Amino acid sequence: MLTFLTIFLGCLAIYLLLVAGSGPGATFLTQLFSYEELIAAVLLALLTAVVTRVVIGKAVNDNMLKNPLRLGMFVFYTFTVWLYYLAKANLDVAYRVITGRIRPGIVRIKPGLKTELGRTILANSITLTPGTLTVDLDDKKDELVIHWINVGEYKDEKEKLNGVCGPFADWARRIAE
Amino acid sequence: MTSLGMAEVILIGTFALGIGMVVSLLRLFLGPTSPDRVVAFDAMNTLVVGIMIGLSAFYEQVVLIDIAIVYALLSWVSTLAIAKYIGNTKEKEG
Amino acid sequence: MDVIIIVLLVLIGLSTFFSLLGVFGLMRFPDVYTRLHATTKCTTFGSLFMVIAVMVYGVVRYLEVESYNQGSFIVLTVHAFLAFVAILLTNPSGAHAIARAARRTGIEPEQAVIDEFEEVK
Repeated sequence: MLTFLTIFLGCLAIYLLLVAGSGPGATFLTQLFSYEELIAAVLLALLTAVVTRVVIGKAVNDNMLKNPLRLGMFVFYTFTVWLYYLAKANLDVAYRVITGRIRPGIVRIKPGLKTELGRTILANSITLTPGTLTVDLDDKKDELVIHWINVGEYKDEKEKLNGVCGPFADWARRIAE
Repeated sequence: MTSLGMAEVILIGTFALGIGMVVSLLRLFLGPTSPDRVVAFDAMNTLVVGIMIGLSAFYEQVVLIDIAIVYALLSWVSTLAIAKYIGNTKEKEG
Repeated sequence: MDVIIIVLLVLIGLSTFFSLLGVFGLMRFPDVYTRLHATTKCTTFGSLFMVIAVMVYGVVRYLEVESYNQGSFIVLTVHAFLAFVAILLTNPSGAHAIARAARRTGIEPEQAVIDEFEEVK
């Protein structure tokens, strides 16, 4: 039931974003949506949710789809924490392009995430953050292979994990597990 | 700098992204290995999406921005397909 | 000079700076992996500022024009944001696919101080 609700709300939001500004009125609120588009949005989202509920519920065995709040948390994470780190990463790369001071290397880390969705979120997050790029993913040993443009100092595995992904492992765990 | 309208400012931005496209075309031409060329291709795709967004504001044509969305998704699929193809071949220098 | 023109000039300048920086990193760095670092991060950030500039333009024009024409500027603003979301979702996984393919073909990272990659069977 919660899977159904999550798919319904997601499809509704995407459809409404795509048809925003279709209204005939003269003020902002009436310009936003016309009644026809609102009815079509609800009908299409219901249809999509009814058809794909069983398939997606079976294929994606994760907790994320069972709770609409997690979807909201994902959007919040993308537009606050992640954008901040994206800006930081760009200043870092700008410094390295201008000075040419690089110290690259390939390391393996073990984030300890259980679900595939969590690993996907983590891998895509650290690709756009300071100086790291996911090269390969080892599902059996639960390890990520990462190209690090400026290999820092680390003594043990925990410091290495902290240096590579910062707060992202915690966020991925919070969203997907 | 007397009559610099908003649309002209955005047009200047698209020109600058076009210069970036020419430079990455150079890397596409030079690139020693084929993954280098794919990287240049990917950068060009992102720049094309930026240019389309800017031009749709300049001409006030909303259709261009829808094309930009579809172009971003399709170029992603093509990048994945080329990467999959390259990943299955062994490459010696060049 | 209007305030909005100055804001737009700053946004477009930032967009140009980061995009060209990414492209010059593409020309300057020694191997595939470092080039990927430069292009994915910097061009994504450059198009973010382009999108913000277009959204500012859309909002300002929305307030200027007659009411029967305002709907198209709502569409412009919202769809610019959606195009950015599309870039944001697709760019990192494309970079990941290219890096994986490059490593599978056997390209070693240059100037590497550490290399813990083994072939994943």
